[in-house]
Amino acid sequence: MSDISIQNLYKTYPGNPPVKALEDIQLQVAPGELVALLGPSGCGKSTLLNLIAGFEQPTAGQLMVNGGVVSAPGPDRGVVFQEAALFPWLSVWDNVIFGPKVQGMARSEYEDRAHEMIKIVGLSDFKNHLPVQLSGGMRQRVGIARILTLGSRVLLMDEPFGALDAQTRLTMQELLLTVWQKLKPTIIFVTHDIDEAIFLASAIYVMSARPGRIQTKITVPLARPRTVADTASETFASLKLEILNLIRH
Amino acid sequence: MANASLDTLRRTVLGLLVPAVVLVIWQVAGSRPDMAGILPTPMLVLEGWHGWIFGSPGMGLNPYLGSWVSNVQYSSMRVAQGFTLAALIGVPLGLLIGWSRLVQQLFDPLIQSLRPIPITAWLPFSIALFGIRDMGAIFLIFLGGFYAIVVNTTQGARDVERNLVRAALMMGASRRQLLYRVVLPAAMPSIFTGLRIGLGISWTAVIVSEMVAVKSGLGYVLWDAYYVGRMDIVLADMVSIGIMGFLSDRLIVFIESKVLVWRMLQSH
Repeated sequence: MSDISIQNLYKTYPGNPPVKALEDIQLQVAPGELVALLGPSGCGKSTLLNLIAGFEQPTAGQLMVNGGVVSAPGPDRGVVFQEAALFPWLSVWDNVIFGPKVQGMARSEYEDRAHEMIKIVGLSDFKNHLPVQLSGGMRQRVGIARILTLGSRVLLMDEPFGALDAQTRLTMQELLLTVWQKLKPTIIFVTHDIDEAIFLASAIYVMSARPGRIQTKITVPLARPRTVADTASETFASLKLEILNLIRH
Repeated sequence: MANASLDTLRRTVLGLLVPAVVLVIWQVAGSRPDMAGILPTPMLVLEGWHGWIFGSPGMGLNPYLGSWVSNVQYSSMRVAQGFTLAALIGVPLGLLIGWSRLVQQLFDPLIQSLRPIPITAWLPFSIALFGIRDMGAIFLIFLGGFYAIVVNTTQGARDVERNLVRAALMMGASRRQLLYRVVLPAAMPSIFTGLRIGLGISWTAVIVSEMVAVKSGLGYVLWDAYYVGRMDIVLADMVSIGIMGFLSDRLIVFIESKVLVWRMLQSH
């Protein structure tokens, strides 16, 4: 049984002419799998993520997560946004515990977990800081700690490291892999960066634009756990070339 | 360090230069015989103002002696009442208009069609409705503050970043929690903008309504002193209104700096 099951999914935005954002999407993601959606901007990869998150409704087709039909956003699907989308008036700590708090959980139920998740992302010394006092990379760490505390089984990440500098991006990718190895959530990672997709994912779904479709599924043969050294390997290079050729085509 | 204090000194001197020139021109112009009864000199204004504040009432034929504090209180109380009412209704209503389609469709047309009517145009109607009493003034002050507050709050609630709303929904927030925990704090900067503009308009409204509809307060004294030719009191009154407006605005800015620490840090 798969965690995420998408069949014959269509998303069309009304207009003249209507915009076919997604066409005939088929996608199965197994529990604990880390997959990447790769494609140029405008290929609908973010739209697909928004549909899974429940922020938008599909025009046609079936979309199931954890065996239930998706109808609205919910804590079982944690989203990491491109610009972190932290509440600027709340401290790191209050941002991280926002979810359990609005769900009416008692402090004792989430406190230890929140401390642990903040520690995993390396922000233990910054609990009282406001988002504006943090760097871009640190804000994304908060964004990750927030959904880990939420206890989501599925993590949906929408180009979360796209706005970071190359060095910080690499650190964040390594952090994400560590977290994933440790907690084994199901992750759908949206990116337009081929290196990032190969380094992180077990399977890459390459998308094409207008209309947005899944062109190919590519399995990444790199073993886990992965390190930076993998990005310099023969396998990595040939896979990158293969994908480049696919996308240019 | 020495440079910084030198810079401060320079700025202070430059900032005082033009006001000083204006004062000199005022003094010279006020001393001309043909300006008597129109423009009293700064010294005369200070003298009149001093009596207005510290004089003992009931002595002689000067009706203004010692009445400054009570008149400032009258006007300030009316502003405080009308403005508080405007904020208490304007902020929640603005939030709901910006947040809920239904509330917007119910209230927005009415507010938008009444807003172009200047508050001064409401004056006769307000007197007819409430008579020459406090309520007439307070109604006008309320109205003046209300539009600015409701319009800015609506804007703030409408402009909440979409991803913040999505993030809250993703974490399990209900619609109600969304309003209190996301829309309200996100709209706070706009709310304070509305409060500051609204307070300024409230001061305009109190002066206008006291000139016509009430028999006390800085606006009443302003018009009354003009009628009996006490231009020193008129000018002292104008400056008093300015000071009160400035101080009340500072108060809101002070509260804002306490409430919106995150915003203050952001703009640095």
